[in-house]
Amino acid sequence: MAITEERPEILELESGDTSPSTGAFARPTNASGWRAWVFTVDHKKIGIMYGAVAMFWFLWGGIEALLIRAQLFTPDGTVLTAEQYNQIFTMHGTTMVFLVIMPLAAAFANYVVPLQIGARDVAFPRMNALGLWIFVFGGLFLNLSWFLGGGPDGGWFAYAPNTGVTFSPGAGMDFYALGLQIAGIASLVGAINLIVTILNMRAPGMTLLRMPVFTWMIFVVQLLLLFALPVITVALILLSFDRTFDANFFNVAMGADPLLWQHLFWIFGHPEVYILILPSFGIVSETLPVFSRKPLFGYSVIVISGAAIGFMGWGVWAHHMFVSGLGPVGVAAFSATTMFIAVPTGVKILNWIATMWGGNLKFTVPMMFSISLVSMFTIGGLSGVMHSVAPADTQQTDTYFIVAHFHYVLFGGALMGLFAGMYYWWPKAFGYKLNESLGKWHFWILLVGFNMTFGPMHIVGLQGMARRHSRYGPEDGFDFWNAVVSIGAFIILIGMIVFAVNIVRTWLGYKAGTVPQEPADPWDGRTIEWAIPCPTPEHNFDYVPVITDVDDFWHKKYQPDENGKLRKVADGNEIAQRGDQNPHLPSPSYWPIVLASALPLIALGLIYNLWISGVGLLLLLGSMYGWSLEPATDPDAGHGEHADDHGPDDVDPPGDEDSEVAEEAPVV
Amino acid sequence: MSEIVQDSATQIAYGRTDWDDHHHLPTNTGLTNEKVTMWAFLGSDCLLFGALISTYLLLRNRVGPSTSGPTAADLFDIPFTSVSSFVLLMSSLTMVLAVTAIQRADMETCKLWLLTTAGLGSIFIAGQVYEFTSFYREGLGFTTNISSSAFYTLTGFHGVHVSLGIVMLVTMWALVSGGQLGPERAETIEIIGLYWHFVDIVWIVIFAVVYLIP
Amino acid sequence: MNTTAVSDEDTHEEHHDHGLSDIGYIKIALILAVLTAVEVATYFWDFGILEVPSLLILMVVKFQIVVSYFMHLKFDSKVFSYIFVTGVILAMLVFAAMGTSMVFWQNPSGCDISAFC
Repeated sequence: MAITEERPEILELESGDTSPSTGAFARPTNASGWRAWVFTVDHKKIGIMYGAVAMFWFLWGGIEALLIRAQLFTPDGTVLTAEQYNQIFTMHGTTMVFLVIMPLAAAFANYVVPLQIGARDVAFPRMNALGLWIFVFGGLFLNLSWFLGGGPDGGWFAYAPNTGVTFSPGAGMDFYALGLQIAGIASLVGAINLIVTILNMRAPGMTLLRMPVFTWMIFVVQLLLLFALPVITVALILLSFDRTFDANFFNVAMGADPLLWQHLFWIFGHPEVYILILPSFGIVSETLPVFSRKPLFGYSVIVISGAAIGFMGWGVWAHHMFVSGLGPVGVAAFSATTMFIAVPTGVKILNWIATMWGGNLKFTVPMMFSISLVSMFTIGGLSGVMHSVAPADTQQTDTYFIVAHFHYVLFGGALMGLFAGMYYWWPKAFGYKLNESLGKWHFWILLVGFNMTFGPMHIVGLQGMARRHSRYGPEDGFDFWNAVVSIGAFIILIGMIVFAVNIVRTWLGYKAGTVPQEPADPWDGRTIEWAIPCPTPEHNFDYVPVITDVDDFWHKKYQPDENGKLRKVADGNEIAQRGDQNPHLPSPSYWPIVLASALPLIALGLIYNLWISGVGLLLLLGSMYGWSLEPATDPDAGHGEHADDHGPDDVDPPGDEDSEVAEEAPVV
Repeated sequence: MSEIVQDSATQIAYGRTDWDDHHHLPTNTGLTNEKVTMWAFLGSDCLLFGALISTYLLLRNRVGPSTSGPTAADLFDIPFTSVSSFVLLMSSLTMVLAVTAIQRADMETCKLWLLTTAGLGSIFIAGQVYEFTSFYREGLGFTTNISSSAFYTLTGFHGVHVSLGIVMLVTMWALVSGGQLGPERAETIEIIGLYWHFVDIVWIVIFAVVYLIP
Repeated sequence: MNTTAVSDEDTHEEHHDHGLSDIGYIKIALILAVLTAVEVATYFWDFGILEVPSLLILMVVKFQIVVSYFMHLKFDSKVFSYIFVTGVILAMLVFAAMGTSMVFWQNPSGCDISAFC
């Protein structure tokens, strides 16, 4: 709450000394250089860091994918041993789901949502930083397993009892269970923060049904995370207890039911699928209207169908288990719910097509990625509906047909949407556009490589090629299409290299002055994040906009004349805010990263030696204490009318800081 | 306030100009961020305990091949657990009395009830420790069978929640005693109270579903 | 008790209403104590076929009372109710479905898991 408040007086920041007069610990008030990033609580820097870290893991997960494809290039591949192959495909899935797509969505959620709702920051800036650092340490912890005896080898779904000590004696699955637990805490912290932000910190006049669709989809995703994460938490706890403390939850010799894990995992896992795709749906619902120069067709229908997907996503989980011995009644019931959930998704696709229909289409790079989401996701969605037919699924399950399906949905859907978002919001975040022609090379190479990689998997899947096998024989007849698939995978690599070149070249060009600085509204945008300068000033909004419409900014620029024809009444770049105010922002803080670093210590201790856990626990408690004792850097924060703003309790990390020190201009 | 306002300078600013307004921008819902946070967390925690309780219910009779010990339900001491359940239930009353006390700025009474609540919670935890110990003596270890693993995990997680609540209550008591937490921050106590009552209702469910229903 | 609460409730803004007086809360606690006593009584006396349903009903009533009065949901903003009730209902539906599937629908052909051991 405190963050949205503006106070009249603007503190002048003498460079250097603003040592706080209250509180037990100093805050890094004048951080610059790397400290400005590591200790930041600014949602924009946090968003950018989420994105950068996720792109690092994308590279890592991509290398894993290429290793898989190198192994399967020819029959009887010898690149990897069977054990290594198990670890590589497990970590490829785990990395791409938990360390790439989820944090990339978190990057956009953090960066864009406060801007779209007209807020100065999220509700709890320190908790936001905490979420980032827990995620960073969780990812590092998970991948630490490579150096400590081998990665997890039980698949990203980690079916117990196959992942119990008996069948997976190395420490890999321990790293998996604890690493995902840590990443889950990060997501939960972020989810609560964004839910509160979206509920409480919208600009005046922005009712829920005037929120941009991206913000809506992020809201639905955070609610899904809020309710789905505890389920995987329990599942992972049971698995950890089995592995670490010899509990018997999945001990079949004692009469355990192996389906318990599958149920718990997929009760989380299916909402997770929508957690992965809905942010991209939100992104294209922003880009398609902008580049079609038409309002989104059926705003409320898109919002409601998004919420409906989120809700119905809770009733379909057992379609992942059709061949597990679920019984005919269960199979029939979940078959039916799965067919139903295709309806709201179909509604969305129809709306997007209707948005483009008759529009004045501008084929910019973000638009091309958005259109490819609509088409590629539809292919993945259609093969998905095929799986809801249980007899067909019985044939397809555990084959490459499934692999093809979910890559069309997650790569062709989620990732394409996220790339669209990157090109679209890049000027807002960094002040300049990515190069359009390199972007088009990136797009086309990626699209061709993607379809070459995952299209033929449909064919070999229906021919009976099983997933998760480290080899196929020359007699199986899979060699031609597997060679095509592997070549496609390397074409994707080329596409990503083009993307990297694009990022570096435009960045260098921007520094050299050859790439122009973009004005506030480079795309003629519709939502209020385009009403502030590019790059976003440290404090986001000079003035909190008053919202009167969906696509409010657009309606400020275009209004109907007496004949009812839309006329441009103002130029976006002229009416945009100037970003020249200098308001009070929360100071950076040491504690989020310190507190987060305690979690991998605790987890390591659970695997190796409980004393390490003890040290981690002490660090955790100490940093919680430091967190709550950390001063607000403003000496008069907390008196008078503002007193009731800081109602943080000391155990639940409070996020509400009324720090008053304006920071220097963002270093981008 | 008009949507496009002429600023004092020549700039046309998109936004509103009550920048110099001394009043808070109220939250959209009129609710504080902290309280929404706690309720969201509690909503999330419902799924955590839902998963743990249903896991226990599904596994409670699974003892494996012949000789792997009793189930937890074989050893329940209902009169004893009834007493500790009652203690936890009454701690919800003392918690709510602490909240009403601080709302009328009666800090002494608030401190008394905070400490009483923490004390009742500690009695509950002591009862749980006693229960676990006696079960263990009767041959029901954590690893004895599936049923025992599920029982200890479920009740243990609830116990951890209660213990965290006790820590929070004692912290609150110390803050109120030290004068750092005055009546203007009554909502902090109320939020801790929400957590405490939640732990209580989880036990209401556990007591009925795990202990009493045969 | 209800009447005292309602009369208070209508005159105030929703979220500024703090519910009952201390005496009111003590009465609520007494009701809870009585309900608990009835619950425990099922252990000492045989309620026959009514035992499980009555325990479940008592549990729901106690849950409802604590949530409505001690946690103020009855007097507080509806937003809190929406968030919390979503969690409660979601948990009940999802885990009821999971339990049904695992207890009643699974392995109908008598296929025994232990056959694989």
